Amino acid sequence: MGALGRRELLLIACAAIAWPLRAWAEPPELREFELENPAPGVYVHYGAQAEMAPRNVGDVANLGFVVGQECVAVIDTGGTYAVGHALRLAIRRVTELPVCYVINTHVHPDHVFGNQAFVDDRPQFVGHARLAESMRRRGPNYLHALMRDLGAAAQGSSIVLPTRSIEGVARLDLGGRSLSLRAWRTAHTDTDLTVFDETSETLFLGDLGFVEHIPVVDGSLRGFLAAIDELKTIHAKRAIPGHGRASAWPSAIVPEEDYLKRLRRDVRAAIAAKIPLARAIESVGCEDADHWLLVDQFHRRNVSAAYAELEWGE
Amino acid sequence: MDVCGATEKRAYMSSRILCAVLALWLATPVASSAQDNDPEASAIWQKLRAGLFAGAPIEAGDHVVALETPKRAEDAAIVPVAIRAQFPQASERYIQKLWLIIDNNPSPIAAVFQFTLESGRADIETRVRVEQYTHVRAIALTNDGKLYMAANYVKASGGCSAPAGKDAAAARANLGKMRFRVDDALKPGQPTRAQLMISHPNDSGLAMDQLTRTYAAPYFVRSVEVRHDKKLVMSAEVDFSISENPNFRFYFVPGSGGELDAKVIDNKDLEFSASVRLDSARVGAASTVR
Repeated sequence: MGALGRRELLLIACAAIAWPLRAWAEPPELREFELENPAPGVYVHYGAQAEMAPRNVGDVANLGFVVGQECVAVIDTGGTYAVGHALRLAIRRVTELPVCYVINTHVHPDHVFGNQAFVDDRPQFVGHARLAESMRRRGPNYLHALMRDLGAAAQGSSIVLPTRSIEGVARLDLGGRSLSLRAWRTAHTDTDLTVFDETSETLFLGDLGFVEHIPVVDGSLRGFLAAIDELKTIHAKRAIPGHGRASAWPSAIVPEEDYLKRLRRDVRAAIAAKIPLARAIESVGCEDADHWLLVDQFHRRNVSAAYAELEWGE
Repeated sequence: MDVCGATEKRAYMSSRILCAVLALWLATPVASSAQDNDPEASAIWQKLRAGLFAGAPIEAGDHVVALETPKRAEDAAIVPVAIRAQFPQASERYIQKLWLIIDNNPSPIAAVFQFTLESGRADIETRVRVEQYTHVRAIALTNDGKLYMAANYVKASGGCSAPAGKDAAAARANLGKMRFRVDDALKPGQPTRAQLMISHPNDSGLAMDQLTRTYAAPYFVRSVEVRHDKKLVMSAEVDFSISENPNFRFYFVPGSGGELDAKVIDNKDLEFSASVRLDSARVGAASTVR
């Protein structure tokens, strides 16, 4: 219904304007960018507990990097070019070693739109085997929403696809230090990847771990709970969630698990009672709302996603 | 490393193209807040209106059709929409056809539903993708040839929600599975609600293939027909503005026993069918035939 014409038109226009686009962007500077150093060679930046907005320049996800003897691996790059750029400057204050890997823990914009800031380092961009397809599907829409919601603060942000995809498990060598990567079945999204630094026994959860920030289901609620079951068996000295501060592992993940289990129970009950989706979105409450930040932004959305999934039964 | 280098180049190139797609999208006028209260001002609507209804007058829908949408699309991939007829289907007055239009989606005509007297009520609930801030409208054609419209403005969701599906691989794996749910209280002669669920990726095809530099072909359900004892109760021409795993709630008027049958055809002309016996079955298991 008219879609083909529009798409062809887009392609032609793309070719015409693709090149000058990067030069056109003058990204803003992020003034403060704090870094914590929980273990030797492990650095974490905690993003704000908020939705992406001009005031936070898209700095809302936790980012990290691990320094080996030969090079540096970055774990997520933030929600805008500006955040990625600030992370890159922060790395430079710590080490002169090159960035050889930029790992994206999943497709969400607050974790990937800083990638562009690392392109000149020519690292391998590493992601879940499905990340490239997911970025192609969702990327244009994400970028559109980013420009709409953040305006000038998002300048320079663009979609950078993975150059290395991970299926199952894989190891990355940083020189005298190895990261163990694991690609998960559909859980928070269908592109979740966790990163384990064997030397310090630090586990980067990506958004399989939410602390304080209400968990978000954008893949499969059942898959998310199954992933949590397995995650809890991983022995780690510390685990860095995608949102919220690291605390004792694995107890840090228990509130998330409880929330998701209640969501499953309540949405199943709504489906069994033949309450339609639109009403379930309004009527399935968040019992532990006091525990979480951003309930108004994400709980109803979680109900939508859970309902559409659970309606098909087990 | 050579191989990696090549892959990298391709990756950067496609990121530029994705960027450019976006730039163009940004350059096109997007529904602004100024349009919130004036659904007539939408340029896309003006075009669609000319194409679909020529110069026919369209009255306010108040007493004919109501449209229920959330104010904000919580999950851009699964936005519930309900169109409710304001009177039952009766031979003196009934709704023949309903258009569901989402102005700012890539394919704005999300669905065209047809109803009959056998429908009981010309109500429909489904789930749609909402790409950006947009007017959503329901236009009803009544048996006297008059048109009525109800319209709402829907805000797009926040940044990390996307209209794309949750798990494209799973949707492809379960292709064509169907399920009926029928309200417990089957009252012969009374409009009764039923729900049809179809497992299908219902994919826009707007994702570009990195290797071939072409877009994937759209793959979506294009036609749905539900019959009760061989008589049509609801049909829908739809496309990828409908969410992954298309889902429809509608009415029919049961007699004593009988069957509810669904025939679904996608744009590759694969045909799926399902049926449920109405005597004792509450939740219908579905059969799938190609």
